[in-house]
Amino acid sequence: MSTSGNAQRRPSQLFRNLNAKVASIPMILTALLVFLGGTVWTIVYSFTNSKLLPRLKFVGLDQYERLWSAPRWLTSIENLLVYGVLSLIFSLVIGFVLAALLDQKIRFEGVFRTIFLYPFALSFVVTGLTWQWILNPDFGVQNIVRAMGWESFTFNPLYDQDIVIYGILIAGLWQGTGLIMCLMLAGLRGIDEDIWKAARVDGIPMWKTYLFIVIPMMRPVFITTLVIIASGIVRLYDLVVAQTSGGPGGASEVPAKYVYDYMFLAQNLGQGFAASTMMLLSVAIIVVPWAYLEFGGHKRG
Amino acid sequence: MTSVSIRDLSLKFGALEVLKSLSIDIEDGEFLVLLGPSGCGKSTLLNCIAGLLDISGGQIFIKGRNVTWEEPKDRGIGMVFQSYALYPQMTVKGNLSFGLKTAKVPKDEIARRIARAAEVLQIEPLLERKPAQLSGGQRQRVAIGRALVRDVDVFLFDEPLSNLDAKLRAELRVEIKRLHHRLKNTMIYVTHDQIEALTLADRIAIMRNGIIQQLASPYEIYNRPVNLYVAGFMGSPGMNFLEGEFAPHGAAELSFGATKVPLDRYPFVSDERPSRVIFGIRPEHVTCGPASASEPFSTEVEIEVVEPMGADTLVWAILDGKEFRFRVDGQSEMREGDRVRIGFDPARASIFDAATELRL
Amino acid sequence: MADIQTLNTVAAGIDPVADRMSGPQGARPRRALSRRNIFLYGTLILVAAYYLVPLYVMIVTSLKGMPEIRLGNIFSPPVEITFEPWVKAWATACTGLNCDGLSRGFWNSVQITVPSVIFSIAVASVNGYALANWRFKGADTFFTILIVGAFIPYQVMIYPIVILLREIGLYGSLWGLVIVHSIFGMPILTLLFRNYFSSVPEELFKAARVDGAGFWRIYFVIMLPMALPIFVVAIILQITGIWNDFLFGVIYTKPDTYPMTVQLNNIVNSVQGVKEYNVNMAATILTGLVPLAVYFVSGKLFVRGIAAGAVKG
Repeated sequence: MSTSGNAQRRPSQLFRNLNAKVASIPMILTALLVFLGGTVWTIVYSFTNSKLLPRLKFVGLDQYERLWSAPRWLTSIENLLVYGVLSLIFSLVIGFVLAALLDQKIRFEGVFRTIFLYPFALSFVVTGLTWQWILNPDFGVQNIVRAMGWESFTFNPLYDQDIVIYGILIAGLWQGTGLIMCLMLAGLRGIDEDIWKAARVDGIPMWKTYLFIVIPMMRPVFITTLVIIASGIVRLYDLVVAQTSGGPGGASEVPAKYVYDYMFLAQNLGQGFAASTMMLLSVAIIVVPWAYLEFGGHKRG
Repeated sequence: MTSVSIRDLSLKFGALEVLKSLSIDIEDGEFLVLLGPSGCGKSTLLNCIAGLLDISGGQIFIKGRNVTWEEPKDRGIGMVFQSYALYPQMTVKGNLSFGLKTAKVPKDEIARRIARAAEVLQIEPLLERKPAQLSGGQRQRVAIGRALVRDVDVFLFDEPLSNLDAKLRAELRVEIKRLHHRLKNTMIYVTHDQIEALTLADRIAIMRNGIIQQLASPYEIYNRPVNLYVAGFMGSPGMNFLEGEFAPHGAAELSFGATKVPLDRYPFVSDERPSRVIFGIRPEHVTCGPASASEPFSTEVEIEVVEPMGADTLVWAILDGKEFRFRVDGQSEMREGDRVRIGFDPARASIFDAATELRL
Repeated sequence: MADIQTLNTVAAGIDPVADRMSGPQGARPRRALSRRNIFLYGTLILVAAYYLVPLYVMIVTSLKGMPEIRLGNIFSPPVEITFEPWVKAWATACTGLNCDGLSRGFWNSVQITVPSVIFSIAVASVNGYALANWRFKGADTFFTILIVGAFIPYQVMIYPIVILLREIGLYGSLWGLVIVHSIFGMPILTLLFRNYFSSVPEELFKAARVDGAGFWRIYFVIMLPMALPIFVVAIILQITGIWNDFLFGVIYTKPDTYPMTVQLNNIVNSVQGVKEYNVNMAATILTGLVPLAVYFVSGKLFVRGIAAGAVKG
């Protein structure tokens, strides 16, 4: 038996699975060029004084100093925090309660689920415009309550600087809670039937079973949902543009809009890059600990 | 003539060494079974032979040709998988012909080969059906058929019967044996089931942690295990192990506690006489009752538990304070607490060095 | 004696055993209107009404004339139904200088969505397949970058993509936007397909390799026919996602090729002229119609799609 043959020399590693590599070129390009390259590029240029066109003239932290002293940016951040915290709490609570209600082996579950989820199929622009109309002070909710006899009733979020962000929150929750409900419902359905049986035999009241047994068991679902809501919040843009265009008087500005306006309208790229880098940072603060808990933990185990 | 030859094959996943410098020569027409617990590397070895895993070192020859870096399709192998791996959207015929069409075999030749395979495996009525419409046994037949139509010299079976229920498994086991008699191909068969291994194999390779422990005929493996691991792995219920030591003058006697076993009939394979040894005797090699008086060694034990298993009965007793099992006829009546006389012939026992665990 | 006594009691219809064990017997009586049910269904119906109100308001507003809107409240049904706002929204509403209504945006969106859906899914499904079955060195690294990239705010990558598209001459064109949608759809779709193909038994793939099939043959003949459900999920996910997109449309297209969402926003939020709320609402419904139709037709698959899509964050 001789060791000769066409397979004597090991074929080059580069050409093994060649087709698979060729087919993965789009993914490799996207990952390296756009996601990695683009991010690094933006971060690098956030330290330059690029105006209309990107220029590599470094100015250190100038853009960030300007950013954090701009009232508009501070308003944006404040809005995002208010919207973010409230949206997180309400999404989780409403989403979970709706899911728990639907999980009671009720009739017409499909109908209710369809109704709760349909807003999610709509775009933020459609959502924003719809709620702009419903919250319209002259024709909408305020007008109707007043017409019913409560003359002094005031609910005019879209034209009141102090509460405009709540007007956006209402629309955002209407659009997004259906998704959270769906995720929670899937989580609830994933819980072993026997847990419920055991709790019933032990005579534990339902609310206690939810609070002390089911919710702790759903920890992974809650964490995933949290990350989803959180990274959606940071991207908040279309809804604001459609519903208020950032008004009244810039009271409903958000970071994503700040970035767009400075990059494409104000011809101040450096500010846009700095602002978007700050957005990246805030996402990293949310996602990195999560990723660490979710994936880093397993490697040790 | 050697059909499959594996030389110094090793496989590493990162730092993990899955196969360690394995060498086997498999004769033409031989039925070799790779046997071992899960994770021992037996399936991995089969995948390496098939070319489905890239090896880290060594060579693989099939029919005298070095196929170490060949594509699976070019190795002259057919493979049958545990989960059948039938293409769900194709009919049985489509499943059988897919590989041949890929290899651009002429149409009439494809038809001829399918007809033959269908005849051999008795699946002619199933040819137009989809896998979902077949029972587990039928699916496995089709899977074997897919290897058959390839007209290859070497068949690889990866736990082909593990997904079937006990009765069907016994049936198909016989069929595979019949198939082997008829086709006389080389077959390499991976299983964790020792009955399958003992019934089918010309030779069994017992693997553990990526190393072949013993490669021998089923008779050899069962009666003369080369080490403690093989002795313990084969047989159900397992061999009785008693720790003991050689008598101080010469080695013609072994003692554990007060019990002394004469060894003048034991066929030693080694001249080593370590101080501590493990003495093993299979439960089925122990006789019980009056017949034990004629055995070279006999003693009295107290019965602790009796497990009737139909054809025979397994008795758990205490010998010198240690657990000791033996098998008696299913008809014999024994009760917990009885004292009975048992005996055995040390020639049928196995003695291992307690330190190296190798056969003496 | 005892026998006779037993006979007597039986004859008298008195079963001593049953007598001792009296109490509930047979099925437990059920009240349809238990307090629990009233609370449960009451809450659900109330919430459902809340979710439905905006849709209702949109529809009734779009069917009213402007005079009626100015007089009445937004919840009252139209006294006189008119489809004029719909016609106007579709055919003559103005954005800037164009006065050919939303129809332009609709066709733009169709032209954007169809190739984007096809292209992004084609690329991602092959990617997912390569990742699941043909793991080559480094593949996992690229995939990790891709998934991490899904969490990066779009704003960070917008401008570099503008430059890239300008370099290859596709900035502002339809195909530029198709590429952008394929890029941003890639993480979630690749994940979706990778997970699906990973769930296909590996032995099937091995069997096909022993049968001599290569990369593309296994993909088209074995994997593709098996993956039809996941393709449907991906299509639903992409149609709604791309149709509803606003940000990329506004950045990577020109006014002539604005998708429907951008045009809708421009129509409704234009500061010129008198606000025609009925036309606005008709336009809003029209824009939401395609994803709504997809949603109502696909039902359960939509839920599967968003549950999968949810991973993208």
